[in-house]
Amino acid sequence: MSTALDSRSFLRWCWRQLTSMRTALILLLLLGIAAIPGSLFPQRSQNPIQVKQYFIDNPTLATWLDRFSLFSVYSSPWFSAIYLLLFISLIGCVLPRSIGHLKAIGAVPTITPKYLDRMEHFTEIKKVDLDLVEAKLRKMRFRIRRDSNSISAEKGYARESGNLLFHLSLVLILIAVGVGSLFGSKGDAIVNVGDRFINTPTSYDILGFGKYQAEDSLPPFALTIKDFKAEYDPATNAPLDYTLTVLTSNPAGSKEKTEIIKVNKPLTYGSTKIFLQANGHSPIVIVKDKSGKVIFDGPTPFLPQDTNLSSIGAIKIPDMQPQIGFVSSFLPTADRDPVRGGFSSYPEVLDPRLLISVWKGDLGLNTGVPQSVYRIDTSRMERIGLKALVLNESYDFGEGSITFTGWKSWVNLQIINDPGKGYALVGAILAISGLLISLFTRQRRIWIKQGRKTQIAGLAKNGIPGLEDEIKKLVKELGSE
Amino acid sequence: MSNTSIALLSNDFIYASMALFTLAFFAHAVEVAWSVKTPAKSVKKTKLDFSRTERVGRLASAFMVLGFLLLTAGVIFRGISADRVPWGNMYEFSITGALAFSGAYLFALKKYKLRWLGLPVSLAVLLTLGTAITLLYRPSAPLAPALKSTWLVIHVSAAIISGGVFLLANCVAGAYLILDRYEQKGVRPIWAQKLPSLEVLDNLSYRLVALVFPLWTFAVIAGAIWAESAWGRYWGWDPKETWAFITWVAYAAYLHARVTVGWRGRKAAWLCLLAGSTFLFNYIYINVWGTGRHTYSGL
Repeated sequence: MSTALDSRSFLRWCWRQLTSMRTALILLLLLGIAAIPGSLFPQRSQNPIQVKQYFIDNPTLATWLDRFSLFSVYSSPWFSAIYLLLFISLIGCVLPRSIGHLKAIGAVPTITPKYLDRMEHFTEIKKVDLDLVEAKLRKMRFRIRRDSNSISAEKGYARESGNLLFHLSLVLILIAVGVGSLFGSKGDAIVNVGDRFINTPTSYDILGFGKYQAEDSLPPFALTIKDFKAEYDPATNAPLDYTLTVLTSNPAGSKEKTEIIKVNKPLTYGSTKIFLQANGHSPIVIVKDKSGKVIFDGPTPFLPQDTNLSSIGAIKIPDMQPQIGFVSSFLPTADRDPVRGGFSSYPEVLDPRLLISVWKGDLGLNTGVPQSVYRIDTSRMERIGLKALVLNESYDFGEGSITFTGWKSWVNLQIINDPGKGYALVGAILAISGLLISLFTRQRRIWIKQGRKTQIAGLAKNGIPGLEDEIKKLVKELGSE
Repeated sequence: MSNTSIALLSNDFIYASMALFTLAFFAHAVEVAWSVKTPAKSVKKTKLDFSRTERVGRLASAFMVLGFLLLTAGVIFRGISADRVPWGNMYEFSITGALAFSGAYLFALKKYKLRWLGLPVSLAVLLTLGTAITLLYRPSAPLAPALKSTWLVIHVSAAIISGGVFLLANCVAGAYLILDRYEQKGVRPIWAQKLPSLEVLDNLSYRLVALVFPLWTFAVIAGAIWAESAWGRYWGWDPKETWAFITWVAYAAYLHARVTVGWRGRKAAWLCLLAGSTFLFNYIYINVWGTGRHTYSGL
């Protein structure tokens, strides 16, 4: 025996193992188990901040977990390996079966077994004309194989059709997911009420493109945030409704239209959708230097920390000498508690406070290390003041002054383009149709044989009940003829 | 009537249904415990007489039906009090889930002669309702903005009904394993003589799963469509989504194991229990302690 033949037969053996049902079943169970850690450890794709916190809390453990991709389970090599093997196994199983099934479309049922009395649902009735039986079975839409003294009838091929449709649709869904991740884009932008957002990469706070998506492919719309309304339940402080009103133009510069965006009602441009993702408050401050010259005047988005929108933020003034930073929190409705200190007791702005601690020194903006806009690295700074400001109050911190003049709402727009999702939807609809067809179609055979009496027997695939009644009915009808 | 008083009326109905389920539980227990006179040693076991507790058994079923009706009223009034479908927090998921579970039992009771299963079912319903009204209870309130969608009705109802039937299949699989253990040791104890054969139980749990698996698939797909319109992506491996996927995979494996690989009996029953427990884990653990976007438990 040559080694070439050996390796070929080995490969064939591997292929047969991979496409066997047992392997597919093991891979399916493995896929379920492999999905578990992603729900137990924070994932980079959903919660990068929690992942960072995990690294800070358990540095050694986190490093080891990261080596096994446990913070990005669903894009990890081992998770990918399992589902790719599963899909190869599935295709290797389903394709030959599809071809076989297509060939069987015109085929006649297999020959009637020799001894019907060994089969299930066996009955004998007084002799009836086979032509009559055949006509009856044809009327019941059975496929018929008619031999001289027997009939072999089969029905329920749709079961296999549905089964194959279901599995092929899963492949379509997988392809759609792939298309979505290779093409398309996803970005977030925080925009203050009154501001205008033009859909270019520089307008985004975060923006990611699929591997094969050109960066100049963003649809050229622009929108102006006209109004944002958040309604709260005064009894429970829970949000009731968010309404975002925007003036849109597509392309930017064309005639403007007023549109409403809600949590479950995104704005759509082709395969691009604009979602209202989050909201918060932006306190407005005026910062002057020692000479009284205005250095900064405007809103700064703050990051909400709880359901009552107590928010933290950083107001950075790099244009002063020395540089000034305000590590701040904003309380929309200020309240005091002997234990917790100042806190917000309602998410709407009823009695706002801006708590600031003033730092001077080097903000570290030129180090090249990306910084959070909500935090200040105070390692090269020195604290020179601390103050809780009510509305329109000013505070002189020596190097200059700050005045808390008002607030605005901000909204987080999430702008997503996923060209694959249409295919995924089609795949899902086909999959569920296939599933319904295959699970609710009974495939069964009925045999009739002519002897001294007429013999009837049947076989239901997977032992699904119903055939017994069907045969009883047939016998009754034949008897009454 | 004000919304608050309707909510209180709903609570009264829930308590009343709990009373009925308690009665049903005891009636079922009586039926099981005293169904057969212990046969004297001389009497052959083949002639067992169950007529003695037939009445108690029917009474138990009547209690179950009444409890179900009262629970239905409780769930409906809860919805009216909040002016929406009653699926906004975990208390409401639980009472509706108990409704779906008892409903699935009553549906199967007619079709498959399942009265004996009333004992674990009434107990499970009681435990669910008890936990709901003591630990999970929240006053009736409007929905969070993210839940304001037609998909709430479609996605959550499909998920709750599937859950009810999955758990019923679990009860059957559990019963299978218990009876199987007895039969391995020898014969069944007398109280279990009336229960269906192992083969019937095995088929029943398979049929329940096969019946509701497409609905669960639909629930997951409907959730994906809703997620796309609310959160901008149809799938994001949120913990709840992940566990819904795991449940789907586990039941898919169960169906394949039975239909294609030919698993029967004990192995299949264990796989069924495993799949059902992933559903329960998702419902209990992820709702209460989990993170992610499906945090609507209100706890």
